[in-house]
Amino acid sequence: MGTTISGKLVTIKVNNSVLSCQSGKTVLEACRDANIKIPTLCYDKRLEPYGGCRLCLVEVKGFSKPLSSCTTPIEEGMEIITESDELTRLRKTSLALILSNHPFDCPHCEKTGDCQLQDIAYEYGCDWEGSNGRDAQLISSTLNGEKWDLPRRDDNPFITFEPNKCILCARCTRICNHVVMAGTIDITGKGFDSLPDTAFRRPRSLENCEFCGQCVSTCPTAALTDRQGRGKGRKYQMKQVKTTCTYCGTGCNFFLNVKNNKVVKVTSDYDAPVNRGNLCIKGRYGYDFIHSKDRIQTPLIKRNGKFYEATWDEALGLVASKFRELIDKYGPGTVGGFSSSRCTNEENYLLSKFVRCAVGSNNVDNCARV
Amino acid sequence: MAGLATSLGAGASTNSLSQMADMDLLFLFGSNPNEGHPIISLWLKKGLRNGAKLIVGDPRKTWMARRADVWLNLKPGSNIAMLNGIVNVILENGWENREFIAKRTEGFEELKAKVREYDLDRVETLTGVAKENIIEAARLYSHAKKAMVVYGLGVTEHQTGTENCIAIANLALVCGHLGKPSTGIMALRGQNNVQGASDLGPLPATLPGYQSVALPEVREKFEKAWGVKIDPKPGLKSVEMLDECRRGNFKGIFILGEDPAQTDPDLHHVRGALEAVEFLVVQDILPTETTNFADVILPGASFAEKDGTFTNGERRVQRVRKAIEPLAGMADWEVICKLSTLMGYPMHYNHPSEIMDEIASLVRIYGGINYARIEKQGIQWPCPTKDHPGTTTLYTDLFSRPGGLAKFIALDHKGSGELPDKEYPYVLITGRIREHYNNGSMTGRCSGIVEIVPEELLEISAEDASALGIGHLEQVSVSSRRGEIKVKAKITDRSQPGNVFLTFHHRNALSNLLTSGFRDPITGTPEYKSCAVRIDKL
Ligand code: SF4
Ligand code: SF4
Ligand code: SF4
Repeated sequence: MGTTISGKLVTIKVNNSVLSCQSGKTVLEACRDANIKIPTLCYDKRLEPYGGCRLCLVEVKGFSKPLSSCTTPIEEGMEIITESDELTRLRKTSLALILSNHPFDCPHCEKTGDCQLQDIAYEYGCDWEGSNGRDAQLISSTLNGEKWDLPRRDDNPFITFEPNKCILCARCTRICNHVVMAGTIDITGKGFDSLPDTAFRRPRSLENCEFCGQCVSTCPTAALTDRQGRGKGRKYQMKQVKTTCTYCGTGCNFFLNVKNNKVVKVTSDYDAPVNRGNLCIKGRYGYDFIHSKDRIQTPLIKRNGKFYEATWDEALGLVASKFRELIDKYGPGTVGGFSSSRCTNEENYLLSKFVRCAVGSNNVDNCARV
Repeated sequence: MAGLATSLGAGASTNSLSQMADMDLLFLFGSNPNEGHPIISLWLKKGLRNGAKLIVGDPRKTWMARRADVWLNLKPGSNIAMLNGIVNVILENGWENREFIAKRTEGFEELKAKVREYDLDRVETLTGVAKENIIEAARLYSHAKKAMVVYGLGVTEHQTGTENCIAIANLALVCGHLGKPSTGIMALRGQNNVQGASDLGPLPATLPGYQSVALPEVREKFEKAWGVKIDPKPGLKSVEMLDECRRGNFKGIFILGEDPAQTDPDLHHVRGALEAVEFLVVQDILPTETTNFADVILPGASFAEKDGTFTNGERRVQRVRKAIEPLAGMADWEVICKLSTLMGYPMHYNHPSEIMDEIASLVRIYGGINYARIEKQGIQWPCPTKDHPGTTTLYTDLFSRPGGLAKFIALDHKGSGELPDKEYPYVLITGRIREHYNNGSMTGRCSGIVEIVPEELLEISAEDASALGIGHLEQVSVSSRRGEIKVKAKITDRSQPGNVFLTFHHRNALSNLLTSGFRDPITGTPEYKSCAVRIDKL
């Protein structure tokens, strides 16, 4: 959740074009604002800069070594280069290290098509076909590196953890500790055995976790995924519909992911003014009621204490004639409506109009008053 | 919200949520945002990480209370005494903002005379909060540069709910903590669209946009737009309609998406009324306790099945978008149009955007809002014209009351409608938990949520549990003068001795069988927050 920085303007030069940016931004933010691409894996704009993945390196005039753009604030007159042979080589080295301990099960991986690691590996051509010398070593370390072989964990209803796919970017632990302040997970273990995990590797439960899924939302790979959404479709096969949460009055925005007229997943909307990509358990995981088998699917009319299915025409015809009859017999003051703080503005307005115009009374109220 | 409207002009939060990151003091009162409004709590946490000081007024030891610089663990129902006491300390020490009081408020002398009756000894007795803490809270709040009061249902769901809000406004006004970024009063509401539903007029005394039916010019405007005559007499509040049903005087009710038979306090009364009414129509997406009473049930469309807007707690009008077709074929707005047409008042819109255009033409605060403008990001009302950017901070120069001045209103402590006694010695506080929502009809059908929170639990302190001989997760009976339910007990230090806590999310333990019929006489908001109960081991 970045705060708006309203500072003075700073002029910098990126790849020889001049940019005018708000002071207080980092080189990465300034470049991304100007649509200049810099690869990252450990960056998430909801988090404080970290500088862990070494992919966002840029050359800054006056510095002998490349700097990580996510931790470097812009300064007046700074001259920055974001692409060069040397930067590409350095980025490939970092990527190779990451890939050396990464399973290559992309065909059936949950994240395929929506995976930051996959995208960057594709962009940097990590097959290194036909390369020689130093690059050739990279290939062999990538393919032959020692790899984790840890079981997938489905030990709670919402979050699946595939430790083998973790690239130790610490995004999950940072969002859990710094943004949610839940303190559920941390990088545990040392060296090759370090992993983001709960204390004593206990399953996530309400005892230790809020199930907000923030960790899942930030994970760049399939190490953390939404359990209920697994296998339900690739991102590019689903329609993403931006909407506003139906639960509390915070008004978070998110995307409903729809496939075959079914809502199968909720994903973050980073541009949302209120929540900026963050969500709670209800917003992120509270959608299965939409397709609950208990949903009322057709109008029901009660006869002798039992409900019978009816068509819309039958039901609305009955309601209209019965209300009319009561109004004619006892007066409009004996009929009214309750509306709901869960319904849309338009529906609330219409109900108010309906009672005043079709019924003819002011007996309309918002029944919950909370 | 009637409270803020009385004191300041509008019944709405004064600032944007994102401004919370930059405040330097947070006074959290009767609200547990970590559970009720988790994403707002992230903004608050960000403010705290940025160094804001924290005062928490809550009888329960919440996440925030544990981290507070000052925790005012006041007795339920003693909000006004608490706030009067704090204002009195501020005035006695000369910590008030005299310039602000002189230029932007009225009624200060009455307030001053009243709060003088609330000296520290008396307030300590009424609230149970130690004097040092009251003084420290007053000092911190009055000395802050950018102070926000964030309050929740713990303030409004009392019979003195409206007055509690007024008391909060008094405090903010005394210190001039209004009308600037990151400085103001934020009300955290229960349901997603309480703000919009209040704004747009399903209220008996006002037409959409808080425009009184009693005013001839208002009626004239709507009569012209709607082509009907409007009764100048205010209608009945929901409570009154239900009362009249029991008396046999009220004949037909259309309930859109509400579940009073589970969520209303004093359920026996409500259920009696719903049984008595001659013709009841309920439109909802899922079966609820209320649909059982219906003569006709109409299927509702969920938020994923319709276009529209919601207005959030910072007055931001945002789009709801249809992601899938309505399961039952029609969205709620279409059903209302059809029904109205069948009853002889034709209503026709091609799309909800046309309804919003009509709203904009009749309601000034929504005047500049249309779907094209809020396609990417919502707009905060007031937004009177098409080129108005919306309003992030209210009252930067004038309050929206006659004369532009805010009003101090002197108030007295009244306490809860029902106090604990020998027979019913515990105070029951009801509220929400993060995982569930209201009557649970939606979250109760989300498999993961049901798996982690399958049932209602009575939260009770270790002290009370051991005095009653109750173990963790043992069955107990909770009874009040109105009813009895059986639940498992959860021993937790979130509950203070003498207080127990229940939610109202579960159909298997209807906590509102216990809660009292006391209500805020002004808004009709029920006193969900406290009633007297007894607890028996089973
Ligand atoms: S779900 Fe939320 S609380 Fe739980 S580990 Fe992930 S970020 Fe932390
Ligand atoms: S689980 Fe995902 S987010 Fe967490 S450290 Fe591993 S790769 Fe990063
Ligand atoms: S995601 Fe959570 S905090 Fe946000 S609106 Fe929905 S319920 Fe409220």
